[in-house]
Amino acid sequence: MKRKVLSVLLSAALAATLMTGCGQATSEPAAEAAPAEEAAPAEEAAPAEEAAADELIVVGYAQVGAESDWRTANTESFKTEFVEANGYKLIFDDAQQKQENQIKAIRSFIQQEVDYIVLAPVVETGWDTVLQEAKEAGIPVILSDRMVDVADDSLYECWVGGNFVKEGEDAAGWLSEYLTAQGRADEEINIVTLQGTIGASAQVGRTEGFASKMADTWTMLDMQTGEFTQSKGQEVMESFLKQYDDIDVVVAENDNMAFGAIDAIKAAGKTCGPEGDIIIISFDAVKAAFESMIAGDMNVSVECNPLHGPRVSEIIQTLESGGTVDKVMYVDEGVFPAETAADTIGSRAY
Amino acid sequence: MNKLKKMEGNQFLLIITILLFVIMYIVGIIVFHEKGFTKTQVFLNLLISNAGLIVIATSMTMVLITGGIDISVGSVVAMTCMLLAWMMENKGIGAVPAVILVLLIGVVFGLVQGYLVAYMKIQPFIVTLAGMFFARGMTAIISTDMISIKNEMFLSWAQAKMYMPFGGYVNKKGIIVNPYIYPSVVIALLILVLIFIMLKYTKFGRSIYAIGGNEQSALLMGLNVRRTKLKVYVLDGFLAAFGGFLFCLNTCSGFVEQAKGFEMEAIASAVIGGTLLSGGVGNVFGSLFGVLIKGTIETFINFQGTLSSWWTKITIAALLAFFIILQSVFAKAKEKKK
Repeated sequence: MKRKVLSVLLSAALAATLMTGCGQATSEPAAEAAPAEEAAPAEEAAPAEEAAADELIVVGYAQVGAESDWRTANTESFKTEFVEANGYKLIFDDAQQKQENQIKAIRSFIQQEVDYIVLAPVVETGWDTVLQEAKEAGIPVILSDRMVDVADDSLYECWVGGNFVKEGEDAAGWLSEYLTAQGRADEEINIVTLQGTIGASAQVGRTEGFASKMADTWTMLDMQTGEFTQSKGQEVMESFLKQYDDIDVVVAENDNMAFGAIDAIKAAGKTCGPEGDIIIISFDAVKAAFESMIAGDMNVSVECNPLHGPRVSEIIQTLESGGTVDKVMYVDEGVFPAETAADTIGSRAY
Repeated sequence: MNKLKKMEGNQFLLIITILLFVIMYIVGIIVFHEKGFTKTQVFLNLLISNAGLIVIATSMTMVLITGGIDISVGSVVAMTCMLLAWMMENKGIGAVPAVILVLLIGVVFGLVQGYLVAYMKIQPFIVTLAGMFFARGMTAIISTDMISIKNEMFLSWAQAKMYMPFGGYVNKKGIIVNPYIYPSVVIALLILVLIFIMLKYTKFGRSIYAIGGNEQSALLMGLNVRRTKLKVYVLDGFLAAFGGFLFCLNTCSGFVEQAKGFEMEAIASAVIGGTLLSGGVGNVFGSLFGVLIKGTIETFINFQGTLSSWWTKITIAALLAFFIILQSVFAKAKEKKK
């Protein structure tokens, strides 16, 4: 009898685990941030009418999950773009951060004979087999956000996402302008960088982009990974502050690490932001970053645009009319300094 | 007499599981026939995508029959994938030795867990919980990067399609698509059948049921309980690594987050298939249908296209509740008859 009670309890616990699900917040290196206005280009209204007469274009979207605000904004952008009024039918699949679920979803899309498959891969590796199946069925695959690591790049049509290198360059460009405006262009500037998870495309691109635009008077004192998390960002910043007492600029490769760094700076009795001693440059431009800028803690955040839907739609329209597209298609991204934060925060999608 | 009743109840549960799967599939065909649910490939995909899980669930069933549990399997799968990817890509080891090595590691893993459970009399839950943390941790120690498998021999195994002689169709792009499976499916089903035969017809298999049914009586009957349990965990370790190998054939990559919660899916499949967590009752074919039911729900949700994929979990939770209540009703009925 005791055993039976135990077994029932265990089963109940199991059911509960299954429901709450596993693998929530995997760190979301690739991206976070974006404005809504720049979305829909004008030509999108046109295909709607011709499609209404014809059949709807069926698009299967294998999404990573809903682990961050960035991801949710990305999903919403697809759901609002791929509607019947625009001539589409969207089959949406949330993989709950599991690659095996995405592989299943793609196989299922193939059986449903969708016209296009959009894939935002959970990981970059292990896609050869299933993309080969899609290719054999004649279904073009468009990648969103992250790249895949496959031997044969004809397995996908193109990739859509942010240009991390350009984001890094934009950040350095902003810093150079800012310093000039402050009359500090000739001053020695000491910089530290809180890097993202080493090897993540956002980390590699942003580090590389920033480094390529470094001015001669700037010195990069140190670079360490904060793994895209607030707590680790804070920890690394604390050790930077102990090691160096003349830090002028902190480059945080995402907003979360910047928040951690700001806490560390304040705890050490220093000041940061437009009015403070240390300049904070961040990436992603999530809503919280705007709040931080309005509070006067952060100087600038370079956005990472999640609104891929309209761009993917453009690509599909090009392909439908028999055109070809480049393998790499960037989305537009902006730089948001603290001065304009209060005006733009209202229009942010997340 | 008592045993006969038990078998009947057990068989009845299995029939319910199979019936449930068939009904679900028919419902799928009725609701989604326009979207292509009737295709042979949709069914074969259930097997292709779940080949690894079939082996893991089979092995889990065996452990559950002894009255034990193994929650380390998901992590072992991740570690196996990572080891395979790391050995082949970073160390230049050939595909065959790499696979043999991971299977050996699986056996050693099972040996340690089995020794702790059988001879040190530690709760299997705790032992395999430690195993779960250890294997996941080791996966990250080997490499925190994602490793893509590019080994030609391994990829040729992963991509060797075996076409079916029936059920082909022309898709709307004018391409003829024949239904196919991968070798992993054949291997998984083969293992399932072998374990079924082992459990049903060998002395070792019968001892497993006897120990799970009542360990004291098994001991009094002169069965070597400890040895049998050890063997079960060793075989389980081997099958976990083997399941990991099949899983890896499907994903062709190694990374830390892989196969998270896999052990729970295996346990859920076994329970839906009529295995009792209290031991002594279970059938590996039931677990196969448990896996297929889970796969069918996933396919439903994908075909439907707008439902949140979390409904899979909710549906499985409901099914689990249904089946444990059913089991409990059977157990009560049996007790009354005594």
